[in-house]
Amino acid sequence: MSDEHVYLSLAEGHEDDARWAYGTGFEDPLHGVDTTVPEGVDTGQLAAECVALADDALVSAQRLAEWTTRAPELEEEVALANIGLDLLGQARLLYSRVGQVDGTGRGEDAYAYFRDADDFRNVRLAELPGGDFAFSIVRLLVLSSWRLAHFERLADHPDPVLAAIAAKGVKELTYHRQYAAEWAVRLGDGTEESHRRMRRALEQVAPYFGELFTACDVRDEVAAVLRQVTEAAGLPMPVYRPLPGAGRSGEHTEHLAPLLTELQSVARALPEATW
Amino acid sequence: MTTTHSAGVPPRDVPGAPESPGAPGAQETPDALQEHFDATIARDQRIEPRDWMPDGYRNTLIRQIAQHAHSEIIGMQPEGEWITRAPSLRRKAILFAKVQDEAGHGLYLYSAAETLGADRADLTRRLIEGRQKYSSIFNYPTPTFADVGVIGWFVDGAAICNQVPLCRSSYGPYARAMVRICKEESFHQRQGYELLLTMMRGTAEQREMVQDSVNRWWWPSLMMFGPPDDASPNSARSMAWKIKRHSNDELRQRFVDMTVPQAGKLGVTLPDPDLRWNEERGRHDFGTPDWAELKRVITGDGPCNDQRIERRRTAHEDGAWVREAATAHAARRSERARKGTAA
Repeated sequence: MSDEHVYLSLAEGHEDDARWAYGTGFEDPLHGVDTTVPEGVDTGQLAAECVALADDALVSAQRLAEWTTRAPELEEEVALANIGLDLLGQARLLYSRVGQVDGTGRGEDAYAYFRDADDFRNVRLAELPGGDFAFSIVRLLVLSSWRLAHFERLADHPDPVLAAIAAKGVKELTYHRQYAAEWAVRLGDGTEESHRRMRRALEQVAPYFGELFTACDVRDEVAAVLRQVTEAAGLPMPVYRPLPGAGRSGEHTEHLAPLLTELQSVARALPEATW
Repeated sequence: MTTTHSAGVPPRDVPGAPESPGAPGAQETPDALQEHFDATIARDQRIEPRDWMPDGYRNTLIRQIAQHAHSEIIGMQPEGEWITRAPSLRRKAILFAKVQDEAGHGLYLYSAAETLGADRADLTRRLIEGRQKYSSIFNYPTPTFADVGVIGWFVDGAAICNQVPLCRSSYGPYARAMVRICKEESFHQRQGYELLLTMMRGTAEQREMVQDSVNRWWWPSLMMFGPPDDASPNSARSMAWKIKRHSNDELRQRFVDMTVPQAGKLGVTLPDPDLRWNEERGRHDFGTPDWAELKRVITGDGPCNDQRIERRRTAHEDGAWVREAATAHAARRSERARKGTAA
């Protein structure tokens, strides 16, 4: 490689934007997909479903981003960012779909940055504060297993856009679940301390299980995954303790508002700005 | 491209004569090994991990590669602060991916250092204990989102000037790691510059943010190339060994020449009254950075030195139980596998 060539190429114009970092393309993410809503599909219901799934993904990605520069090892730094980027990508596609079907024509940022906590429909498990690595792994295991089972069904959705987003997401979520399951086994079957932390994390997560299955009943699939993983990890299955309320109805913990305040701070400080 | 003098000899055993019988050069004296090494360098060929190399060469490389790896990892912090606050989802994805790339660069570089007999955990300890350094630039704060763009434009731009010649470094694993890193850095630089172009087309407040950020980062970026040549004690030896290919001042000049037209296109002013085109030299003249400031920042007295190391230390210490658990689990697994095989 000649030095001069590289220096010069930096100053030139570039048309090959596809080579930019993964998930950061400048194209409309739904470019080329027929976005007409098929007859018989209720646009209100479709928009509500996409918002809820996008909110789950955005809030989860935000919690994963909080690990940046704080992960226990560089490999985990890379892996957690990968998962966060996948979820952020899913959120962007879903919000774009909402803007197409709810009649407002709004872009993805309108939903992420200019709605308040009451309007968010994510499940509460996604918004709970980061906790330790064991908590993040248990949460990721539960949420990715649940979302994967849900997306497998959505891949047959009558709306072709949602079906395509779900089909793409299935591949990503399969990896997320695998990553979380491997760490769950390592930590459950690691040291006394890691085992203790995993038990505590399972207890912390358990109250938030119930609401996951109100929208989409994939309880059996998720329970089967958890049973398999906890067995391999030498951990007890979490005891189901339902907690009243549901993020899907806009009822959130006190942790969502500060998360959104941070996420939305720059965008709201300069609402006229373009980024 | 390679010589294979000391195949099988642990790297730390240099410069004693290699012992592996039958390896080419097994009978050679230290003088002959040195001559062979010198000839490889003179022919512009690469030194590979199993080749004999002088202790000084090995130690210089470990120091340089480790500093470079530490810079990637510490360098995640100033911009990483903005991932959770990026003002659009597209900017959030770009920044998240960039900071992730830096973790990846750190990984390749620690691996390159390990080919010389260093150990990642040991290098991390040295960083945390302040016994090894990282680039001075990452000790400056990032108070606005414009800093994300300016870091991409200046800091990644300066890194590219520094690192492109390293793709031809005499040490093979380092040179190969640099090829991939430079490609990714050039995306980062373009992404940073593109953010600034967008902001400059935005509101007056955004344009002010960009100019303010340029004012704060320009001089520290020029300092990234290190002290002037007449005050850079290790440079001459590194150049003789072809670990380094151009002097600090030469690279600094290249960076200035590359950046001035980009600043013009962007519509910002570089904060140097002495900056002007010199027709005779065919290059830009520019002012002298505050070398006393560089010295202060390098010796630990920059605006964010303590904060950067503290974050790295906390992550490392908080993660200890995770790493211990993984090790314990792996040991138990292989024990179970061994028993399973024996049964």
